[in-house]
Amino acid sequence: MVPPVYYAALSAVLFTIGVIGVIVRRNPLVIFMAIELMLNAANLAFVAFGHARGAADGQVIVFFVMTVAAAEVAVGLAIMVAIFRARYRINVDDLSLLRW
Amino acid sequence: MEALLFAVVALGAIASAIGLVVRPNPLHGALFLVGNLFCVAVLYLMLRAEFLALAQVIVYAGAIMVLFIFAIMLLIPGKTEIGPDPLRGQRRLALPLGGALGLIVVLVIARIGVAPAPGGTDGGIGTIGRLLFTDYLVPFEITSILLLAALVGALTLAKRRAP
Repeated sequence: MVPPVYYAALSAVLFTIGVIGVIVRRNPLVIFMAIELMLNAANLAFVAFGHARGAADGQVIVFFVMTVAAAEVAVGLAIMVAIFRARYRINVDDLSLLRW
Repeated sequence: MEALLFAVVALGAIASAIGLVVRPNPLHGALFLVGNLFCVAVLYLMLRAEFLALAQVIVYAGAIMVLFIFAIMLLIPGKTEIGPDPLRGQRRLALPLGGALGLIVVLVIARIGVAPAPGGTDGGIGTIGRLLFTDYLVPFEITSILLLAALVGALTLAKRRAP
């Protein structure tokens, strides 16, 4: 049996890659996908620790996270389509209207 | 045997995650993310979370990624990143800062001890269903409201307004 620390370490690595993706990339779609990657890493940690404790609560939390991710993606992509309609290109660096 | 499978699947997950970050074309990134989601689904299976593995493939790799690919196809001029990067310094700092974050997380995780739950049963789909409709009933209902709000919000945002 693989110890839960390995799963947690893998989850940490995936989360870090997601953070780097959010910092480095400029296409909002790719940034969105990197955020999904981070959510996924957190889910993996939840399931791993839930399995290690022998309780199903971690899996229930992951179920909720999946639902929230689906809602987030639907609204986020709708926002991106709206931005694209107004500006004809989407680049996060162009969207600096609210920057101080 | 199980350790070998874990190593292979973990390597696949990490490689596809790196592919998502590195590839310039978001369509390739989406396919890499699908690969990553499949690898994590296999890990869920190894952790005896069959329901979540199925939900991962159906909801994430199926529905959500189709939405992503649809949006990428729809927003074709946004496909590649063109022009000079105005935040070049941030890009250079990303790797060391991200590495530091990963190191911190690993150090925290290494200190965790996991105690088995008293009288806990491992989560089959029946256990999850019972938990959802007893202990987690209120979050479950709130989730339905959230989904309704997201539905209405996406419709409102995507509706073409008369000029």
